[in-house]
Amino acid sequence: MAEPKTKYDRQLRIWGEQGQAALEKASICLLNCGPTGSETLKNLVLGGVGSITIVDGSKVEQGDLGNNFMVDESSLNQSKAKCVCSFLQELNDAVKAKFIEEYPEALINTNPSFFSQFTLVVATQLVEESMVKLDRICREANVMLIFARSYGLTGLVRISVKEHTVIESKPDHFLDDLRLNNPWPELREFAEAIDLNVQDPVAHKHIPYVAILVNMADEWRKSHGTLPSTREEKREFKELLKARMVSMDEDNYKEAIDASFKLFATPGISSDLQQIINDSCAEVGSSSSDFWVMVAALKEFIANEGGGEAPLEGSIPDMTSSTEHYVNLQKLYQAKSEADFLVIEQRVRNILKKIGKDPDSITKATIKSFCKNARKLKVCRYRPVEDEYNNPSLPELQKYLTDEDYSIAVGFYILLRAVDRYAANFNSFPGQFDGGMDEDISRLKTTAVSLLNDLGCNGLTLTEDLINEMCRFGAAELHAVAAIIGGIASQEVIKLLCVAMIYMSSLWGNVGVTYMYHELPFLQLITKQFVPLSGTYIFNGIDQKSQLLTLY
Amino acid sequence: MADAASTASESRDLDKLLLRPGNLVDPDFEPGTELRDALQEQVRVLVVGAGGLGCELLKDLALSGFKNLEVIDMDRIEVTNLNRQFLFRLEDVGNPKAEVAAKRVMERVKGVNIVPHFCRIEEKDNEFYSDFHIIALGLDSIEARSYINAVACSFLEYDSDDNPREETSKIMVDGGTEGFKGHARVIKPGFTPCFECTIWLFPPQVKFPLCTLAETPRNAPHCIEYAHLIKWNEAHSGKAFDPDNSDHMKWVYDEAVKRAELFGIPGVTYSLTQGVVKNIIPAIASTNAIISAACALETLKIVSGCSKTLSNYLTYNGVEGLHTKVTEFARDKDCLVCGPGVLVELDTTVTLQKFIDMLEEHPKLLMSKASIRYQGKNLYMQAPPVLEEMTRSNLSLPLYDLMDKVPKDILHATGTINKDNKKSSGLRKLRVVFKGIDGVTDMDMAGGA
Repeated sequence: MAEPKTKYDRQLRIWGEQGQAALEKASICLLNCGPTGSETLKNLVLGGVGSITIVDGSKVEQGDLGNNFMVDESSLNQSKAKCVCSFLQELNDAVKAKFIEEYPEALINTNPSFFSQFTLVVATQLVEESMVKLDRICREANVMLIFARSYGLTGLVRISVKEHTVIESKPDHFLDDLRLNNPWPELREFAEAIDLNVQDPVAHKHIPYVAILVNMADEWRKSHGTLPSTREEKREFKELLKARMVSMDEDNYKEAIDASFKLFATPGISSDLQQIINDSCAEVGSSSSDFWVMVAALKEFIANEGGGEAPLEGSIPDMTSSTEHYVNLQKLYQAKSEADFLVIEQRVRNILKKIGKDPDSITKATIKSFCKNARKLKVCRYRPVEDEYNNPSLPELQKYLTDEDYSIAVGFYILLRAVDRYAANFNSFPGQFDGGMDEDISRLKTTAVSLLNDLGCNGLTLTEDLINEMCRFGAAELHAVAAIIGGIASQEVIKLLCVAMIYMSSLWGNVGVTYMYHELPFLQLITKQFVPLSGTYIFNGIDQKSQLLTLY
Repeated sequence: MADAASTASESRDLDKLLLRPGNLVDPDFEPGTELRDALQEQVRVLVVGAGGLGCELLKDLALSGFKNLEVIDMDRIEVTNLNRQFLFRLEDVGNPKAEVAAKRVMERVKGVNIVPHFCRIEEKDNEFYSDFHIIALGLDSIEARSYINAVACSFLEYDSDDNPREETSKIMVDGGTEGFKGHARVIKPGFTPCFECTIWLFPPQVKFPLCTLAETPRNAPHCIEYAHLIKWNEAHSGKAFDPDNSDHMKWVYDEAVKRAELFGIPGVTYSLTQGVVKNIIPAIASTNAIISAACALETLKIVSGCSKTLSNYLTYNGVEGLHTKVTEFARDKDCLVCGPGVLVELDTTVTLQKFIDMLEEHPKLLMSKASIRYQGKNLYMQAPPVLEEMTRSNLSLPLYDLMDKVPKDILHATGTINKDNKKSSGLRKLRVVFKGIDGVTDMDMAGGA
C-alpha cells in the first residue's frame, strides 16, 4: 500500500491534511447509481471519503452499459447498486463501500430515520415529490443534502443545508489587509524610521513599498489634508511616486505605484461583512453556535477597539525589500494581529459567560483563525426545497425569464419541474418512448403553462424550441452530461465536507502547520474552508451557457 | 421515426439525441441510424494525453458513441496520479499511461477500439495527426498545446481571397484544470481563435530574480529556489539536479531549511519544496471530470450536429461558490499560426537577396532589414554578426533552391516594419508560391509554424 500522503499529494495541496481528515471521516449515502450518481461517487472515492453507501433497487439493463462506466456486460440483470459498488471499491481500498438493493423512494417513504446515520446524502435523479420529502427528512436530522440530476442536455445541482458558515474561505482575489490608509502607530513609526531620501542606491531600492506609501501618504496629507480621491489626484500621486525613483530599475517603486490603489481604498469593512454582523443570529443566546458567538464579539470589536475595522489579518504579500525590513514588517503585522485577537478573545469569553456557556468552550485557536479570516467570513443558507418550489421569489423568476442570458437556463428550470408533474400524471416522461411525440409536446406545454400559472408568472411562456428539445431528450441520461453534473456535485460535496481542524493549544505559528492527521486525536474544530454554490445550478448543454439561479 | 431505437440497446440514451430531429441543432444535422453508425464506425478521434483529463476523455468518448479512439502519452504512471486518474491502480505504477488507459476502457466498454501510442507527441509525423476527424487535448503544458495547435493549423488552407477552407480545418477541443478551476474550449482553425491567437490567456510564470534569491530572500519559496538553483550547482559541480530523485530533493529541502533559519523566514516544508521545485499544479478528480466531460460533449455535438456548439471558451471556477462563463474570443487576424499570412508569388530564379529587397517594397509588408527563417532554420540573419556571416553566402542563392524546390511553403520574416512613417520590429508569416511549378493552385497552406 502506497503511503496515502503520496497518493493524495495533489489534493492535499488544496485542502490540507485537515480537509483530508474531514473527508476520511465522512459517511456518504448515494441515492440511485445511474451515471450521474456513479460519477459523483467515483470522484469522491478517488479523493478518499470515509465510507459510501449506495441505494438503488434496479437491475442492470443493456441501456445502462452504454452510459455507465461502473457496469459492464457481466453485470447484466444483476443489482446495479452491487455492480457499481464493487467497481468503486476497486478504485480505492481505503474507502468502506457498501450497497443496499432498494429503491430510494421506498426508503424515503417508509424508513426516514435511515438517513440520519450519514454525514451527507447525494440524491440523484429524484423527482420533485421525493426531493421535497427527503429534504424535510435531512433537515430534521441535520444531514447535509445535495441534489443532482441529468436530463438530456440539461440538469441541475442544488445544495440543501440549513446553514453553512465558512471561516477559512479561500477567495481567488482578495485585497491584502495592509491598512496603508489608516496605519496604526507602530506601522507609522516603522515607516518614519525609513528615510526615503537615503543616498545609498542599494538601500533605496530595497525600501518595501508599504513604507514608501505610508510616508508618501503622510506627505500628501500635509499639503492636501486628505488622501487622493479624484482620478486626477490619484494620477498626480503616482507621478509623485515616479519622481522619487532614482533609477528606472527600482522594482520597489514600481510596486508602490501598482499598489497605490490599496492606499486609495475606502477604509472600513465590506458590505458582505456588514450584512453578517447585522444578521439577527449575531444577537446571541444560549442556543447560538460558536460561529455566531464569535461574530457577536467581532461586531463589538468593530464598533469599539477596531474603530470601524475588522481585526488585522497579520500577513503581508511578498514585495521587493531587504530581508531585514521585510522580516520586521512581518513581525509588526503579526504583533498587531495578535493584539486584536486578544481583544476579541476577551470579548468572546465575556459573551459566552453572559449567555450561560463555559467561557473556555471555544478554543484560542478557533478564535485566532476566526480573527485572521474575519474579513472573509461567509454565511450560506439554503431555503427548503419545498419553500422554493411553492414560493419562488417572483421578481427573480420574472427577471430571469425576461433576461436573454438566463432565458434558456430558467426555461430548463421550469421544464425540469414540469416533466416531473407530467410523469406524475402520465406515468412516463415526455418523449421517453418513441412514437406520439407531438402529443407529448403539447401535453408538456400545457403542463409547463399551468406550472407557471401556479407560480404566479401568468402570461410568461417558454419557447416552443425549448419544449420540443425537452421532449426530444426523453429523460435520457447521457454519459457526458452525467459526468459534468456528477463532477459538479462531487466538487460541492468536497466543499461542504472540508473543514480545517486546528490543533487545540496551538500558538500562532502552529496554525496551519501540517501534522500527520491520523496521529492527532486532540484535533479540534473546525473551520470550514470552502464556499459552496448557492441557488440552483442549471446546466445548459446546448451552448454551455449554464446559470446559477437564486430564487430566494 | 426512430424505430431503430430500442430500450434494450446500449445506445438507448444517445439515440434520443442522434435519431430524433431537434430545433436547437446544427443546420447540417441529419438524425438517423446512419448518423449513429457513422459516429461508431467512421469517426476517428485522437486523445492527446492520458493523464487526469485524458483518462476521463477516453471514458466519456467511449460512452458517447465513439468506437475508434487513439491516445498518445509519453508518461508512465506515478503514485501521485491515483487520486484522479481513475483508470490506474497501484499495481500499474511504472507502466505507460496510454497503454493501461486504453486497455482499461476497452475492457469495460464493449466494441470500443483504442490504439495507444506511448511516445512523445513530436515523434508522430503530421500525417498521423491529419488522419483524425477531431483532436481532444488533455494536456498540462503550454508547449504541448502550442505544438499540437501548430500541427492542426498546418492543415488549414486558404483560398485566393484569404478565406479559410472549412473542409481543411482540423477541429480541436481543449481542456485544462488547476484545483477547483478549469477551462474547456473549441478551436476551429480559421474560424475561431487558435491557441496562439489567445496565448495571452496564460499568465507568465512566476520567476524570482536571482539577486532576490541570492541576497534578499523574504519567503519560503525564495529559500527553496536558492537551494535548488544556486546552492545545488555550487555543491555538485556538473551533476544535474533530478527532481524525481528523492535524495536530491531531500538535499534541496535541507539546504532551504538552513537558509530559512539564517534569515528568520518561516514556512519551508518538504511538501512545499517539491511543489516549488517541480512546479506542481494541484489537481483533483472532480474538476478533471467536469472539464473532460464538457470537452467530450462538445466533441459529440460537433461531430454529429445534434445540438449547438460552445462558442468558444468556457471557464469554470468553483473556488468560491460556482461561476461558469462562456466567452466568445476573437481571432487574431495576424496570427502567425492560423492566419493566412501574406502571399508572395516568385519566380524560381529569385535569389534570397532579391527576395529580401522585395519585402521592403511589398505593400502589405514594408519590411526592411529582414531576417528569414524556413522550417526552423535560418536562411539569413541580419544579426548577431557571427550568424550574419554564417548565413551570408545564402544571399546569392535562389530561394527556390534554399526551400528544397517545393512549389509553395511558409516562411517567417523578422525585420523593421515601416508603416505610417513609424518603425517597429515585427514578425510576419509569408506564403511563398513559385510561379510555373506543376501542382500549384491559388490555394495555399496556412500553417507550418
